[in-house]
Amino acid sequence: MSEIVVKHLTKNFTSNGLTVEALKDINLTIEAGDIYGIIGMSGAGKSTLVRCLNYLEKPSEGEVIVRGKNLGSMTEKELRTCRRDISMIFQHFNLLMQKNVIDNVCFPLQLQGVKKKQAKERAKELLKTVGLEDKEKAYPAQLSGGQKQRVAIARALASNPKILLCDEATSALDPQTTASILELLKEINQKMKITIVIITHQMAVIREICNRVAIIEHGVLVEDGTVNEIFSHPKSHAAKELILRDLPDATEHMAYVEQDRLDTKRKIRIVFSENSAYEPVIANMILQFQTPVNILRADTKNVGGVAKGEMILSMPEDRHLQVDMEQYLREHGLEILEVTENVG
Amino acid sequence: MLDSTTIKMLLEGIRDTLYMTLGSTFLGYVFGFPMGIILTVTGRDGIRPNAVIYKIFDVIANIVRSIPFLILLILMIPFTRFVVGKSYGSTATIVPLVVCAAPYIARMVESSLKEVDSGVIEAARSMGASDFAIVFRVMLVEARTSLIVGATIATGVILGYSAMSGTVGGGGLGDIAVRYGYYRWEADMMIITVVLLIILFQVFQTIGMKIAGKLDRRK
Repeated sequence: MSEIVVKHLTKNFTSNGLTVEALKDINLTIEAGDIYGIIGMSGAGKSTLVRCLNYLEKPSEGEVIVRGKNLGSMTEKELRTCRRDISMIFQHFNLLMQKNVIDNVCFPLQLQGVKKKQAKERAKELLKTVGLEDKEKAYPAQLSGGQKQRVAIARALASNPKILLCDEATSALDPQTTASILELLKEINQKMKITIVIITHQMAVIREICNRVAIIEHGVLVEDGTVNEIFSHPKSHAAKELILRDLPDATEHMAYVEQDRLDTKRKIRIVFSENSAYEPVIANMILQFQTPVNILRADTKNVGGVAKGEMILSMPEDRHLQVDMEQYLREHGLEILEVTENVG
Repeated sequence: MLDSTTIKMLLEGIRDTLYMTLGSTFLGYVFGFPMGIILTVTGRDGIRPNAVIYKIFDVIANIVRSIPFLILLILMIPFTRFVVGKSYGSTATIVPLVVCAAPYIARMVESSLKEVDSGVIEAARSMGASDFAIVFRVMLVEARTSLIVGATIATGVILGYSAMSGTVGGGGLGDIAVRYGYYRWEADMMIITVVLLIILFQVFQTIGMKIAGKLDRRK
């Protein structure tokens, strides 16, 4: 039985007589134990999608089936009980500002009517898990962003959920803090066997911890599959663009400069698998053909625990030389993924 | 001038003013507080939008607040007599004061509760909180500082109105100011009562703000 199944989900918003289709016929399946990424540019509809997974937003059409139960056929009360199994964390943490850390973590338990003493014990345990046992009496205003998100995670785990939804959970954090939060999520996924759904606009987040990914563009699911697959063989334009933007420490500006440069010449994008990265293939190729190629970009990424090298080469003008070089690269076990005028 | 009779009268005036102000504020909240919650919950961005209920309370609040207090005081005389048995004195004044204060307090409560971050409400809902729990365990807790500041302002306004009721025999310091200061041209009595009112106001204001500051954990 799949953990979450979404069937033909459509969501419309109406305001001032104008109907906007936020999500169009979304179908996806999330298995137990997955860390499932949903990525898209802002406004793509991904936050609406994640809110449909716990029915904070009711879909206009279609079904959401969580652990075999159709959320659409539940009463308000059943839905509230069901939400204990589906926790959620947010971009802006959404902690109760007037309650201290431990009371924040106790909060979902108190909603369920758990005795205060028991709730406190459980909360202390969870604060240890997220590494904040010394902050239990602090108030959220006294914590850093990363610490607040840790409190939010502890709070989300309090009700022993089966699923954790993360809505841009790292978008307000700096890169180091993001890495540590992702590490924590990975740990939670493995140790507590909690299925995690991550909404993000950062490809780096997907690459870091997800095993499967769905790409949403303008309310439509354009591509989904394993992270490995999507990174190696992106099919949709949106996927390619997201991968291209995913440069280490890249600013928007750098991405633009690169795209300009990429547009001018013929280029190919090659991907190294783990073993082929040892051999100096490109250097050997240049030596053999006595013609230089321009390396526009080279990068190694950790894709779902497997090292993936990626390189974009600008090829010499000579057409024959191009064909020969591509032949050479293939023979040496490299994958040539695109030979296009515009990689982006 | 400040003989023992005058001092006794002034002390009684302070007592009556406190009685009217605090009594009316308390009763004002008894009616205004639930009304404020209903306005927030049923409002367009509320957790249970309901245009009909919202409109009813909205109109009531606006009508009452648009009648000048002095006029309301007179309009209410038959009702006051019905409730308390007489239309003058401190207890009688509480009736129009409450009628006037409740919608005002409702608006204050509404605006305080609307300040609560919608993200926090969403988080509570994602944990399976009922609407009831959202109001009583999230909104009221998160808005408590703002609610106390609101109560402080409301108390100040009611103190002022209670003094106004002196013109129609309301009792308290306002009554003394009108009877001695205005009708008998005793300027010093006027000044004394005004100073006492100012001091009372300051006391309320300071206490309210202190409590609000103490309870605020957002800093």
